[in-house]
Amino acid sequence: MRIVKTKEKSAKEQFLLRLGAFVLALCAGGLFLLLLGNNPFAVYATILSGAFRSKMAVQATIKIMIPLLIAALGVTLSFKMKFWNIGGEGQLIMGGVFASYFALFHSDLPAFLLFPLMFLAGLLGGGIWALIPAFFKVRFGTNETLFTLMLNYIALYIVAWLQEGPWRDPAANGFPKIASFEKSAVLPKVFGVQVGWIIALVLVVLVFVYLRYTKQGYEISVVGESRPTATYAGMNVQRIILRTMFLSGAIAGIAGMVQATGSDRTLTVGIAGGVGFTAIIVAWLARLNPMSSLVIAFLFAVLEKGSSVIQSEFGLSTDCADVLQGIILFFVLGCEFFVRYKFVRDHKQAAEGGAK
Amino acid sequence: MDLFIKFLVAAVAASIPLLFGTVGEILSEKVGHLNLGVEGMMSIGACAGFMVGMQTDSFVLALLAAFAAGVFAALIYAVLTVTFLADQNVSGLTLTIFGIGLANFVGIYMLGHTENGTLKLPEGITAQMREIYIAGLSDIPVVGDLLFSYSPFVYLGIVLAICAGLFFKKTKLGLNVQAIGHNPAAADAAGINVTRWKYVMILIGGGICGIGGAYCAMIINSGVWISNNVGGLGWIAVALVIFAKWNPWVAIGGSFVFGALRVLKYYMPPSVIQLPTAFYDMLPFLITAIILVLSSISKKRDLNLPGSLGVNYFREER
Amino acid sequence: MANTEYAIECRGITKTFGTVVANDAVDLTVRYGEVLALLGENGSGKTTLMNMLSGIYHPDAGTIKIAGEEVRIHSPEDSMALGIGMIHQHFKLVDVFTASENIAVGTAGKRLSAAVMRKKVQEISQSIGLEIDPDRRAFEMSVSEKQNVEILKVLYRGQKILILDEPTAVLTPQETERLFDILRSMRAQGCAIIIITHKLNEVLAISDRVTILRKGKYIETVNTAETDEQKLTELMVGRPVSLEIARPEVVDPKSILKIVDLTVRKPDGTIAIDDASFEVRTGEILGVAGIAGSGQKELCECIAGLCPAEKGAVLYHKENLIGKSPREIIRLGVQLGFVPEDRLGMGLVASMGMVGNLMLKTYDTPKGPFIDPVPARQHAEELVERLGIVTPSVDTPVRLMSGGNVQKVLLGREIESDPQVLITAYPVRGLDINSSYTVYDLLNEQKKKGVAVVFIGEDLDVLMALSDRILVMCHGQVTGIVDGRTATKDDIARLMVGAGEETEA
Repeated sequence: MRIVKTKEKSAKEQFLLRLGAFVLALCAGGLFLLLLGNNPFAVYATILSGAFRSKMAVQATIKIMIPLLIAALGVTLSFKMKFWNIGGEGQLIMGGVFASYFALFHSDLPAFLLFPLMFLAGLLGGGIWALIPAFFKVRFGTNETLFTLMLNYIALYIVAWLQEGPWRDPAANGFPKIASFEKSAVLPKVFGVQVGWIIALVLVVLVFVYLRYTKQGYEISVVGESRPTATYAGMNVQRIILRTMFLSGAIAGIAGMVQATGSDRTLTVGIAGGVGFTAIIVAWLARLNPMSSLVIAFLFAVLEKGSSVIQSEFGLSTDCADVLQGIILFFVLGCEFFVRYKFVRDHKQAAEGGAK
Repeated sequence: MDLFIKFLVAAVAASIPLLFGTVGEILSEKVGHLNLGVEGMMSIGACAGFMVGMQTDSFVLALLAAFAAGVFAALIYAVLTVTFLADQNVSGLTLTIFGIGLANFVGIYMLGHTENGTLKLPEGITAQMREIYIAGLSDIPVVGDLLFSYSPFVYLGIVLAICAGLFFKKTKLGLNVQAIGHNPAAADAAGINVTRWKYVMILIGGGICGIGGAYCAMIINSGVWISNNVGGLGWIAVALVIFAKWNPWVAIGGSFVFGALRVLKYYMPPSVIQLPTAFYDMLPFLITAIILVLSSISKKRDLNLPGSLGVNYFREER
Repeated sequence: MANTEYAIECRGITKTFGTVVANDAVDLTVRYGEVLALLGENGSGKTTLMNMLSGIYHPDAGTIKIAGEEVRIHSPEDSMALGIGMIHQHFKLVDVFTASENIAVGTAGKRLSAAVMRKKVQEISQSIGLEIDPDRRAFEMSVSEKQNVEILKVLYRGQKILILDEPTAVLTPQETERLFDILRSMRAQGCAIIIITHKLNEVLAISDRVTILRKGKYIETVNTAETDEQKLTELMVGRPVSLEIARPEVVDPKSILKIVDLTVRKPDGTIAIDDASFEVRTGEILGVAGIAGSGQKELCECIAGLCPAEKGAVLYHKENLIGKSPREIIRLGVQLGFVPEDRLGMGLVASMGMVGNLMLKTYDTPKGPFIDPVPARQHAEELVERLGIVTPSVDTPVRLMSGGNVQKVLLGREIESDPQVLITAYPVRGLDINSSYTVYDLLNEQKKKGVAVVFIGEDLDVLMALSDRILVMCHGQVTGIVDGRTATKDDIARLMVGAGEETEA
């Protein structure tokens, strides 16, 4: 068996290939469930029905989707530039922290001031947190993958410190937690779901247009493809990297703001809860297309919501969603290979052996 | 002074999961594969080691299970990146998400099948893993504490690191696999089976990470299963590889420093300095970030950095 | 002994890649104690054939006999065990390893201590009159030193069949002579040697027989003693070709760029350009000769505003371009076209189609935040028509296009921008003869329009036929500027290694 390169498959073939990989992944996941003594069809059916069985369930599913989708859009920008920003988690947290400052201490401001302030704060928090690794990358070439990762943990412990120290709720009997936000600082609901879903949809369109039709989007594509080419074309590569990373982090920060002030109504160490990482899977599966991200993020939200139901019905933990997401991505990653390569069998397998 | 000795001893113990993770990742990076799945491989190893240890009450079987589970996890990564030429960053990251999810999932599944609602290692195996005691040697003041008072994991880790270093420095095979990491096309042209040795190194590396995970699950929380028990150590290990300059011997020292950072909060006398505990927890990550920056400022060419790191190799595409 | 007469005997070798037939029933034989030249244009299938002997590709049909025995070569390991040593055009050395380590890697047996290896390496190198420092690391070596290490790798393994792929492309004429001496002494020791090349004078100088390929087909094998350059060219190209490259007379040259005392350092701190001074004139082609890596790349990039200079100036009407970004240079009204050496890595965006690529330098011109792909699309379609570019559509990623077409897109874009100065780095590298001549014609056309053309080349014959003046570089220094019409090859060769007085033509 050897690998050979083939003609690149057409868009339609590629789509079918990925669909096939998705189905295979579900089969593999089913096998895993079967091994644990569960009926995979029953489990999958429960996941689906769990996400859609009632109006409340659907609302909960969308609530899960909101931060995931927004964070995936943030990741899309940096990954398009081939800047391996895996710090979505930390940028999301810092967005939440900055926004929470206003939600906690300035909740008496009028809504038309407070909400824009929280929004801007979230945006800035995430953006600044992403600018740090971007700055060191353009200045010294510091490895962004590991740096953004460390910033995730640093952000996490900043929240831990806030809740055990400066921002601790005095009414919590010494328990380290931050007080719930005043009603006036909680994002309003539209159709029973916090307003974040509208923000997410607007961002989908904005990011799509930004990447495809603007000069800055074009610059991101060129820098991502080859930095020498970008320099050759007269682009200021460093400025583009800084700007794009700021935007990438800012969008993740918006996700944090929306999560803290719309869903959690307080700031906890669990604000991100792995969303920053899952967002990378979403963005990758969507092939960095914001429209596809919308679809994938919704599917993943269904998976997460459904997993919480299988916990009560089958005694399987919600971590099931992570496992299934991982399996799906494994298969899709593997299938990308067949877009450009194929396996062939050596004809006439060496009867006399290769050497001597 | 007694507190200081205790601190050093605790630091050594705390450094061990990092050492396993770092040495495992070095093996993988030496053949050019940046595996961001260390955290996931450690988690899966943790789960397998703990569960087998609990069922069989045998330390050796638990170690073997952890190693095998790490190999299995690394196999997913190796198939994707070596054979299917998938992106190393995304593959590794997915392995981490998958691995942590799987370990937590299995843990909760097992919890659902126990009577008392906790998973705890039985007495027999805890005795086997306990700190060794060698009559005479362990009783020597200070030296006995510093050298002869650890769990077998500690000695296993250090021996592994020393052997890995010797392998790269002294053997022909070690030279060959390093050629793969630096320039797979050159290694291929020199008649080295690139694919085979990539697999071997990535899989063994995964196995070693798995053992490191087992330490997290079986020792750190005194034999009780909790979710997310690797808790980011795998990521620090990935970063430690850079500071150790891909040298397993240096990794011993590097792990020790970070082990010390991890236990600092229990041994820092309050009279000296008082910091919020969150800050102590943040310290290893913060220092890692700072060292990342500092090491990137130096423009000197790093001869140890595997030149093909992160880039997959396909023979017909040169 | 009859059946071991041939070291290698290939019969009817066929290899296809998808729909492309790279080798079509090719025959090739070489004896021990003989040098065979394998001659053919770029894309004629020489390298494919050799890669099958070294186990990288696998023939679809045909037989290979080594020392009279039929074999199947599945991997480089097999090839090596059969006694075949391959020296690739791009050396296969581990940069950070020493010469000794590079020689030892992949060989059988235990790892020897550095001291033992050093002695062994020295013994072998002395036996064929070759000098080498066993402890030097590959990245510190010159190209010809690296080539020596490759040769030693083959000898160390006791391999008797040596294949060299375009070994002289990166060597100075002097180094080439030395290489040929080494090959002759290996031939005397009974080695079978195949040398792949497209340089006719070298074929005549070193080989005993010549096998010619054209478009993947086997054409003929002739004895070197019974042929000449003209015959070989006809066999190689398939029709009588005039090897003449037109050189229109220069009309009214005016100095447009003055480079004064330019010094540039590479990112690692070593000197790339050392105090270079010269001028670029309108309406003429300035050729730049030199061993690869003598500073040509930095010279181009520095003029184009892509790399900072330590001191000196690039003057355009008294305006210093150094320190200005490409965009600022454009704003000064300097129309600069630049065809870089790395076409897909620097000149073009590999994953974008022609439309995206033609916008590369102009995307910023329309006002407002949005790009306007409409003019670029029109432009792309015109270019396809005019230069005969073969592509499924103007949106097909350029990385899927053939090398010649890629170069046409790049060169086409740069010429279309109506440059006053056109810098081209190795513009015909990897192209077949027809595409190469298209490029020469395009450059001459620009020259006639009064454009100042800078042509970085590697083939001295082409440089001497095309250029009006030839600037020669060595280790970043300008060692001389000679007249393209009167200079001899020897003059240039001497300047390429730094000898000779600085002369102003």
